[in-house]
Amino acid sequence: MKRLRAWRMRIAGVFSRDRWNKEIAEEFESHLELQISDNLRAGMTAEEARREALMKMGGLVSAREAYRDRSTVPFLEHLASDLRFSVRQLRKRPGFAVTAVLVLALGIAASTAIFAFVDAALIQPIPYPRPATLMEVAERSTLFPLNDLSFPDFQDWRRYNTVFRSMDAFAGGAFLLSTKTGTEPVHAGRVSSGFFRTLGVSPLLGRDFSASEEAPGRNQVVMLSYAMWQQGFGGSRNVLGRRVVLSGDAYTVIGVLPEDFHFAPIGRVDFWSIIDPKGPCAIRRSCHDLFSIARLKDDVSIPSALANVTSIATQLERQYPDSNRGQSANVIPLAEAIAGEFRPILMVLMSGAALLLLIAYVNVASLILLRSEGRKREVAVRRALGASVQRLVSQCATEALVLVAAATVAGLLLANWTMQMLMTLIPAEKLSGMPFLLNLGLDTRVIGYAAGLALVAMILLTATPVLHFSFSEMRDGLAEGSRGSAGRAWRRIGSRLVVVELATAMVLLVGAALFGKSLYRLLHVDLGFRADHLASIEVGAPDKSYAKDQPRIALARDIVRRLEALPGVQSAALTTLLPVSYNGDTDWIRFVGRPYDGKHIEVDERDVSSEFFQTIGATLLRGRYFSDAEDESKPEVVIINETLARKYFPGEDPIGKQIGDTNLTPKSIKTIIGVVEDVREGTLDSEIWPAEYHPFNQDPSTYFSVLVRTSQKPEAVLTALGPAIQQIRRDIGVRGEATMEDFISNSMTAYLHRSSAWLVGGFAASALLLGIVGLYGVIAYSVSQRTREIGVRMALGAEHRSVYRLILREAGWLAILGIGIGAAGSITGAVFARKLLFGVHSWDLQSLVATAAMLVIASIAASFVPARRAASLNPMDALRAE
Amino acid sequence: MESKVEVWQGTLALMVLKTLETMGPQHGYGIARRIEQTSRNMLSLNYGTLYPALLKLEQEGAIAWEWGVSENNRRAKFYKLTRAGRRQLEREARDWAQATAILGRFLKPEGDPA
Repeated sequence: MKRLRAWRMRIAGVFSRDRWNKEIAEEFESHLELQISDNLRAGMTAEEARREALMKMGGLVSAREAYRDRSTVPFLEHLASDLRFSVRQLRKRPGFAVTAVLVLALGIAASTAIFAFVDAALIQPIPYPRPATLMEVAERSTLFPLNDLSFPDFQDWRRYNTVFRSMDAFAGGAFLLSTKTGTEPVHAGRVSSGFFRTLGVSPLLGRDFSASEEAPGRNQVVMLSYAMWQQGFGGSRNVLGRRVVLSGDAYTVIGVLPEDFHFAPIGRVDFWSIIDPKGPCAIRRSCHDLFSIARLKDDVSIPSALANVTSIATQLERQYPDSNRGQSANVIPLAEAIAGEFRPILMVLMSGAALLLLIAYVNVASLILLRSEGRKREVAVRRALGASVQRLVSQCATEALVLVAAATVAGLLLANWTMQMLMTLIPAEKLSGMPFLLNLGLDTRVIGYAAGLALVAMILLTATPVLHFSFSEMRDGLAEGSRGSAGRAWRRIGSRLVVVELATAMVLLVGAALFGKSLYRLLHVDLGFRADHLASIEVGAPDKSYAKDQPRIALARDIVRRLEALPGVQSAALTTLLPVSYNGDTDWIRFVGRPYDGKHIEVDERDVSSEFFQTIGATLLRGRYFSDAEDESKPEVVIINETLARKYFPGEDPIGKQIGDTNLTPKSIKTIIGVVEDVREGTLDSEIWPAEYHPFNQDPSTYFSVLVRTSQKPEAVLTALGPAIQQIRRDIGVRGEATMEDFISNSMTAYLHRSSAWLVGGFAASALLLGIVGLYGVIAYSVSQRTREIGVRMALGAEHRSVYRLILREAGWLAILGIGIGAAGSITGAVFARKLLFGVHSWDLQSLVATAAMLVIASIAASFVPARRAASLNPMDALRAE
Repeated sequence: MESKVEVWQGTLALMVLKTLETMGPQHGYGIARRIEQTSRNMLSLNYGTLYPALLKLEQEGAIAWEWGVSENNRRAKFYKLTRAGRRQLEREARDWAQATAILGRFLKPEGDPA
């Protein structure tokens, strides 16, 4: 207690030093006067009286020192003065301070940002109790290690296994939610009744599903996600028992899930419902649309669980050979199932960031070393004047502290920004499957990690100058011959590091250039139609109301008519799948009147309305377009693309020829009436497939996309499309309003290329900066070591030009080596990564030359500064140095 | 000139407390003079060490001070014992008496009856 109080007062004393000083001066003065007057009374002379009084005090200065040491905390006093000194020193050399802080901040930021992702995805356990016993159970086939289950198989596995405490199925999906104003698509989760109990999650409000609710007819109950409860139901407690209409069926709300609950394998879910055991897929053992989770019983290992489930699967294979042949089982930890796929990419990023951090550390250490070299004389003087080693170390530490603290703060800010940037690189569809990234940010763990990096930097930046000074002291005491050996060793190591840094920067820069060029090529690939002034929307009409062809055709015509009536819309058309989606939704065809070998002829199949090709701006090569009147009452017709025509009708006119299905069933026979220039139906980077287009009116569906060509900016009509369609009927679902250009540039392919370009570009820019700082550090250090040599040369008549040449030659060699190795490395790397490139060769000369030129210019700039310092040396000063 | 004894480590604080108890509020010089007089000038007190000791006692809460006027009409700090200081004095005086008694018994010539 007593001691605590004393310390508190001493620390307070640090801040009221001036008052203490004045008080003690006054107290000593009064003491001295009292004693002098006593002495005078004892008969001393004035001179003697004062002398004797001062003697008794034991020297005024040391008495005051002793008092002051007691009145404050000397360590804090020194720290404060060291801090002031360091800041003053750093401000004298702002270039050094800014560079060091920037380099260190960059290293810390990259590592911290990537760590935040690694922590969220790989280190943090999944957010359920006892995660180690939570498994994902799936089917295994020869091609896919994790395949989805059929509902009957799931039920058998659940019933017959002896290794799981519980096992439950889940699947994602969508509902059309009826609201007051219309219909909106919502995300659905379909589970078996014990799903949340198996996870170990209890509802925030209301109750969980009960086992009896799995029975047919009793499963009309739903649980809400927290977000849906808040947004759709105002967070009201009265929500329990409310009826909601989902895809035309009525459900009762029985519970609300906690706010922080999420389940990554499905992603976003608004409504959780129970799997309908009588559903069209659930009744078939060959219809696979489920995955499942399970809790291991105590003392059951994963291999023994796998063995148990596999034996059940083998039994089912024997029992139902038609549907279950080749279907085994797989059991893996749920955490692995969730985050396993991100591990390789995150590990690569983490290694990249670690490399950057290491280079940053080395570079800052080399900058500090360079500075220490310049301060050797100052330090020697201070040592000679009696500064203790401890005091010098503490001063180096203080300077490191100032630099590292600034760098850490800057690094954290930069890391936060980087995280946000990285998040935008993940496509939205992917992101919904990674709910663990939702709370990504500077939490305590991430800040703790950054603090750890800062501590390492602190130690490194303190040790470097201290070791340097003690080496140079030793060196001065030794013979002339050994002089500078430590310096030479550093120059050798430093040079090699710089070559590696420049080579790394070169590889990454070339990579960024190649990815950037790929992206450009990708976004400018020939589409076969005009994507400008084009907008689209997806439409889903309820099957129950539109069961027959006639109402479907009427609906399509109605939609086209209403959209064309909107101001600014020139024409509207339908297709079953938007262009630039993917090659798929295919048909197997056969040509009438030609021999058939049974091999599948697979072509993209799209059902489009009569104005489709005119609306998107495709080009008709031969024949004619569809007419609106062509429905089932008319002969079946088809338009083919150029690729199909070239591939299957070389040197022939395809117009009038007929195609059908693999058996040439009479109903499937269609006559080719036109050929269009290839429209890009697949992704931007895939090849053009043969394609056939049918009239929508001959095979109308309830789910399609509508395209409109606009006279002004297509963005202007986006908000009008949905309401115009829902005017027809409120229960028609609409979503995905987008301009065609946005649709293309947000497509998965474009995302992947853009993400790669930005990611590699970010690393490349950092590596370039670090490489240049490294080069500067080594060259400047070399100049400082060669001051005397340069002085001699200049004294002997060397011109400025030759000094420049001397220094730049040294830098040039390092740069050329780095660029050379980097060029070789980048060609090798690009050959390995050529699958990721589009429309660019691995040895793209333009990228290589541009990158090399950039590095050369940057290297010259970096070495020009020390070279100029060398050339402007006064020979006499240089000779006197050391 | 007779040889003087240096002040033993740790005893100065006790002497200061005792002096303040006997004399009441007193300035630094007065305390120093009083300690020397009480020891019949056998103790050599470095006045320079007195002030840090006073400061330490003050920081620990054993003494307090206020400005007053000295004999020669100058402003001076007058120290006085606090309640905590009084308790500390009692405790330390008792400890000290005990310690010297033990040591005294120890150093008595051997075989001497107690």
